[in-house]
Amino acid sequence: MSLSASAFESLEMKDVGRRFGGRDALVDLNLTIRAGEFIALLGPSGCGKSTALNCLAGLIPLTHGEILIDGKRIDLLPSEKRDFGMVFQNYALFPHLTVERNIAFGLQMRNLPKAEIVRRVAEGLALVKLEEHAKKLPGQLSGGQQQRVAIARAVVLEPRLVLMDEPLSNLDAKLRLEMRAEIRRLHQSLGLTTVYVTHDQEEALSLADRLVVLREGRVQQIGTPEELHKNPVNWHVADFMGYRNLIDVEVESVSGKLARVTGGGLSLDATLAQPAVPGDTVRLAIRPSDLLVASTATSTDGHNTFDALVNVVEYHGREFALGVTTTMGQNLFVQAEVAPLPGEKVTLSVDSARALLYHSDLDAMSSEQRELAEVRG
Amino acid sequence: MTVATVTSSRAKSSASLSHRLAERGISTRLLLLVPAVVFALGLFVYPFLYGLGLTFQPLPATQAQWGGGLFANYVAFFKDAFTFDSVWITMRLALPVALFNVLISVPIAFKLRNRFRGKRTLQALLVLPITLGTVLTAQGLLIFAGRQGWLNRFLIETGIIDQPLQLVNNYLGVMFSLIISGFPFAYLLISSYLSGIDPSLEAAARTLGANWKQRFLRVTLPLLAPGLATTFILTFVLAFSVFPSARLVGDASGETRVLALMAYRSFAEQLDYAMASTIAIMMGVVELIVIAVVFLGRSFLYKGSTGGKG
Repeated sequence: MSLSASAFESLEMKDVGRRFGGRDALVDLNLTIRAGEFIALLGPSGCGKSTALNCLAGLIPLTHGEILIDGKRIDLLPSEKRDFGMVFQNYALFPHLTVERNIAFGLQMRNLPKAEIVRRVAEGLALVKLEEHAKKLPGQLSGGQQQRVAIARAVVLEPRLVLMDEPLSNLDAKLRLEMRAEIRRLHQSLGLTTVYVTHDQEEALSLADRLVVLREGRVQQIGTPEELHKNPVNWHVADFMGYRNLIDVEVESVSGKLARVTGGGLSLDATLAQPAVPGDTVRLAIRPSDLLVASTATSTDGHNTFDALVNVVEYHGREFALGVTTTMGQNLFVQAEVAPLPGEKVTLSVDSARALLYHSDLDAMSSEQRELAEVRG
Repeated sequence: MTVATVTSSRAKSSASLSHRLAERGISTRLLLLVPAVVFALGLFVYPFLYGLGLTFQPLPATQAQWGGGLFANYVAFFKDAFTFDSVWITMRLALPVALFNVLISVPIAFKLRNRFRGKRTLQALLVLPITLGTVLTAQGLLIFAGRQGWLNRFLIETGIIDQPLQLVNNYLGVMFSLIISGFPFAYLLISSYLSGIDPSLEAAARTLGANWKQRFLRVTLPLLAPGLATTFILTFVLAFSVFPSARLVGDASGETRVLALMAYRSFAEQLDYAMASTIAIMMGVVELIVIAVVFLGRSFLYKGSTGGKG
């Protein structure tokens, strides 16, 4: 495999921001990408992740901040001079060109010698295993094949950086898993530095070396999948990382890292992920898999347990997904290995280390910062 | 048991006759076509065939002058230089006008694809000439660009020229009038074709290193070309059948002696219905030839999906 990535040491985004008609789409994004890294920008739609990607690609200009590669500014370069490859959500293949010529397009733009183009196109086709479709038009290919062409088209240029904008969201579930593995394989074999935009946390966790979680244009947390999975900084990130049960509770007492909280029919010891004092209203985050159904046989010591009524039982293959309601009417999601009957009463327990407490207020700015932001309008 | 029933029902359909006919597209709903068919037969097919029939009933005078029996009118059309030249006269008007309208619409449609302040007003102004009749356009041209028109008076009084420019009552006048009336059609068609091209294709070409020229020539133009061909044909046909402006702002007996005028002259001045019909039929034939040539060229182009909303 002679395709490889032309490398840089580091790419730095400094205070990058973008406004659309007086509305902030992206605010103060600071991120340093090292060569060979796979970065995922994660967030719900409208969080600014695609804006960030388009700013990187040069398709939309920045309103503030700068982008540097090895200390040299590139944010003023036009898109066509940045030497980045981009994979679009809708593939954006040229419908009038064959697969082969689609892949050759960028190489032709660089005025490479013909033999070189032929060789690299052949390599690109082999890379995505589409050799027998070389002469077809994109319209004659399936969605997955089209996406592979789009990837090949971007990587044959040996770009400094590959940008992917939700490349798998138009594919069906099975194909999505296949293509995910394919992207991972390409990244590893070519050492491509990649920035990947997605709203699917599973995709981000499985692909990325580091994740950037965005919300309303602001970075919430940057870290490795493991860091984010284990220690989300706020309930929004926790929500994205699978903490499906988010309950507003009140702090009764605090002792060290643990706090006694009540609310929604629960009274539990939980870990303070963000500091709080008694009397505060905080948000309790628990993963469905951390809520254990106490079987009648094993006696619980009565610590961190509560009763709930089973509403819904879904069969998920190896386990069951339960929808339960506490005595105070709080709905919870539970993952269980046994299936109680709907209407049955169960006792649930949770390890206080796996129940995290967050401020219900997301913008964890200090009051000074908030005032400043209000003055700025 | 069940297998047996299935095979027997396959062998002979149990569906009713009307059901089976409906599957082949024959049902009472076809009656909805009757008004359209009546109109088409009564207002197009019959008059057309009647006119075609007339062309084979030449006047005795035509037969005596040109010979050719039943085909005397056609012989006259091709041999009479005064008539046949007007094919070239019409072409000389219609082809440049159609080409100009298509070419000028492309950059304008491109520019108007982006959002900017005042876009709607500008669009309305560009399309407005559709609402003006040819006669109004001609009148306006005479007042504006005539020998005593505003333009000439302004230019003379400011001392830029000393003789008035001859802008109407000639080839130029008709050309201006055809451009004014043909441009809105070309612009509307091309901008709708252009909106059918997915903007992310251009973005993709940009990230692949194509500058604006390469993006236009290699991505947008190939996808737009079939639309340009169709637009060209439409504006060509509109210009080819020019009649009022050729008379009002043209030189009706000289350089704008177009086919429509010749047909009208045979019909109204010489009362030769047969020759008038012949000229009309030949107009259609010439148009069909141009359309055939353009469509032949178009058939080599990519005409599939362009990925956009169009």
